[in-house]
Amino acid sequence: MSADEIRRSKIDELHVVGQRLARGDQAEKIAGTTRFAGDLVYPGTLRAGLVRSLVPSARIVRRDAVKALALPGVVEVLFGEDVPHNSVWVDVPGQMTEVAALKANMQVLATDRVRFQGEPVALVLAETEEVLAEACNLVEVDYEGVPGVFDPDEALEPGAPPVHDQGNLLSEWRINTGDVSSAFEVADVIVEGTYTTQFVDHAYLEPEAGLGWLDDEGVLSLRVSTQVVEHYRDVARILGLPETKVRVIAPYVGGGFGGKEDMTVEPYIALGVWRTGRPVRMEWSRQESLQARAKRHPMRLKYRTAARSDGTILGQEIEIVADSGAYAYLSGLVLLYSSVHACGPYRVDNVRLRARCAYTNNPPTSAFRGFGGVQVVLAYESQIDQLARQLDIPPAAIRKLNALVRGDVLPVGQELLTDVLLPDTIDAVYERAGPRPEASGPRKAVGRAIASNIQSYGRLVWLNDAASAWVGFESDGSLRVRCGVQDIGGGQASSLAQIASEVLGTSMDKITVHFGDSALTPRAGTTTATRQLFMSGNAVHDASVQLRNQLLEVVAAESGQPVESLRLEESHVVGAQSRLAIPEALKLCRRDNVPEEALVTFFGPKGSPVAIDLRSSRVFPDFTFGTHLCDLEVDLDTGQVEILRYIAAHDVGRAINPLSVEGQISGAVVQGLGMALLEEVLVEEGNNLTAGFFQYLLPTATDVPAIETVVLESGAGLGPFGARGIGEPPTGPPIAAVANAICDALGVRPTVLPMTPERVLACVAQGGLGDDD
Amino acid sequence: MSSDVTVTITVNGRQLTRTAGGHLSLLRWLREIAGVTDPKCGCGEGICGACAVLVDGRPVSSCIVLAAQVDGGEVTTASGLCEPDGSFSPLQEAFHQHHAAQCGFCTPGMLVCATAMLAEDRRLSRPEIREALHGNLCRCTGYGPIVTAIDSVQQGSHR
Repeated sequence: MSADEIRRSKIDELHVVGQRLARGDQAEKIAGTTRFAGDLVYPGTLRAGLVRSLVPSARIVRRDAVKALALPGVVEVLFGEDVPHNSVWVDVPGQMTEVAALKANMQVLATDRVRFQGEPVALVLAETEEVLAEACNLVEVDYEGVPGVFDPDEALEPGAPPVHDQGNLLSEWRINTGDVSSAFEVADVIVEGTYTTQFVDHAYLEPEAGLGWLDDEGVLSLRVSTQVVEHYRDVARILGLPETKVRVIAPYVGGGFGGKEDMTVEPYIALGVWRTGRPVRMEWSRQESLQARAKRHPMRLKYRTAARSDGTILGQEIEIVADSGAYAYLSGLVLLYSSVHACGPYRVDNVRLRARCAYTNNPPTSAFRGFGGVQVVLAYESQIDQLARQLDIPPAAIRKLNALVRGDVLPVGQELLTDVLLPDTIDAVYERAGPRPEASGPRKAVGRAIASNIQSYGRLVWLNDAASAWVGFESDGSLRVRCGVQDIGGGQASSLAQIASEVLGTSMDKITVHFGDSALTPRAGTTTATRQLFMSGNAVHDASVQLRNQLLEVVAAESGQPVESLRLEESHVVGAQSRLAIPEALKLCRRDNVPEEALVTFFGPKGSPVAIDLRSSRVFPDFTFGTHLCDLEVDLDTGQVEILRYIAAHDVGRAINPLSVEGQISGAVVQGLGMALLEEVLVEEGNNLTAGFFQYLLPTATDVPAIETVVLESGAGLGPFGARGIGEPPTGPPIAAVANAICDALGVRPTVLPMTPERVLACVAQGGLGDDD
Repeated sequence: MSSDVTVTITVNGRQLTRTAGGHLSLLRWLREIAGVTDPKCGCGEGICGACAVLVDGRPVSSCIVLAAQVDGGEVTTASGLCEPDGSFSPLQEAFHQHHAAQCGFCTPGMLVCATAMLAEDRRLSRPEIREALHGNLCRCTGYGPIVTAIDSVQQGSHR
């Protein structure tokens, strides 16, 4: 069978895929034996730390390391001038200058200007943690304040203090499709809303950490907590080394969520190793992580929606302004995602959108699970909820009426080539939910609402995504998979084993996956964009099919049986009259000059880059759809919101391991509920006031109920066995499901996140439900 | 910085005597001096619970306790919960079967606190389990599978 035929196998033909398998990586984690990036130290390891800017906007007028260097045990203090290539340039997609594609710049260590509080200014290397801490305090840096700007709207006004020389507009996208003016003229109803989201921190439990050393062959090796081992290229560029002389290893990562997509500790550890030749360890404190690592973009989203009286959406006008903070990072791409996803899982033929991202002197913002697809859910799902209320149409009915179907064209121009099970997910959550809950007391109000979403999986098509995997048998019949995925806790490596097991008939306990090494495992790209199961899953799938065919053809020739009559089962090549153990089959392969291994690269769909005026027949490979239902109760006296029940339904295409799928959904929902109700990195005039977990309210076990999941399997995804990506998609709906349910309870709609008791109480008062009323 | 002190702690059944900085937290003493790295530093402020260990049977945030305070005590970490033959305890087995770990960074602390919870001489309701877990943050699982795993062990022992 060809790879494509096997990829489309029916569920009843599968033996390992679809099984609820307890994962091997979890066994190690539960035994306490997993060595995370911060757990490994070599003899003679130096400690590295950063001196960070204390102020959000200033010129650096003096840097002095004399006192620090005088401290016994201090090995080096490095400034930007000590970095071979201190400027890191990133492309700003879609944006052109007069001569070339726009590039944005940031420095590894700031030399003359700091643009946010926490920006690295000096790197200190010391023999012990204790000396390091003291030395960091002894490095003297004098600043001269420069007027800053701390609000993206203000940053875009003429005369605003420029964060960078080229001005404060980092990125802009526009969509103009159909005839928006006419749509609003003929509309029976128009609803408007402005929605505001906050700085959110990834708050993975494992802070940024790693160890670096100089390996044999002079290879500078970094074992770091990262979602992207391919940053070895960036490190090589910074140090002026050939790319072959830098290696990045990603052990099991203690949570990523997009926060370990950009480099964190990598350039600093590498600098230390390069400079001293000694092993170097760096670990950021929680405070550093909260203060200085990029966050989720605060956005202001202004929506106007035109509809017919039957609920059909006719048109939408959208204005988005996002805060990029002090540097570009991935803001341009995040905003592109927001723009493409801005109308949600609904058919909207007439759309006018303008999305802008501005530099400010706030902490930088970048990738975060959902990648710009999250904030817009609050807006488009609040808008459709408003429409439903105004037109007295049930929330389910208005969504089904407008739901995208296969063949529809998104506002950006991309035709949907996949089945859309949105109505099924809507039915699923209501069916699971049953009757509405009753209020538990006279001063309590209950609300029920749903929110649906669309979220892409796989990278933007013009990035020409690819993933490679190597699969090979050992002489005892055990199987090795080599694939450069970063396993960030979602079961990325384990899923690959499950796919290989399915195709090659080798039991899971005989499969070892080697992953996350830029030098020794085939390159598989980033663990971001919900792409690993899709891309690396397909690569392992196709390599397994190739290896399978190699074996079967050799055995077929030897035994005189047609190759179609043979299959791999329980580590044997099985035919009508034969049963040959894998080790025996391998001997035949060697005799016949057939390899016992296969290396395959899987290439993603292709397309052309977009310009500021978005128009493209294909932006993303494909999308995942889902619907969430939230039952909650509001305490009318305190504004406290209790989530009573939460149900999430997604079409995942095919659940390779349902336990992992449910885990992804449940974890993403709780992350979304945190964004809805609790979490905010507070920044005042560029000063980050959130100094630790004691000030950052992550959901605890008492803040959330058990998340109920409904997993639908259309088999229509682009991944192996029809799987879709599910890592990011469930993150978006909770903010809207909660807002809509609060509106259902109070009759007043919260529009600013997080929906704290104070803000909810304001809704209570506005709705005439306060105790004075 | 403080002067060195000699501390004796029995870690997972192994008695260790080490002379190290008197300022060292129990967490740093375990990780850097004793080489026991399964307790993790998630926040360093006693909030997240990733560093939780049992000190004489009671759960403690080891990042905000000095090693010297525990001199002469018995410390159990997650890796010390395995049976003598290296197999999983019923709690660890339940964590595995119920998919109660994802990235696994909070897991050692979760296991330690759950062990203390299960040592209580009464059956806890699910809300009580959640209440007892409020000092352990998890960013991956959404907590449901962890609560289920702990509850399932209770059911086993109360059959």
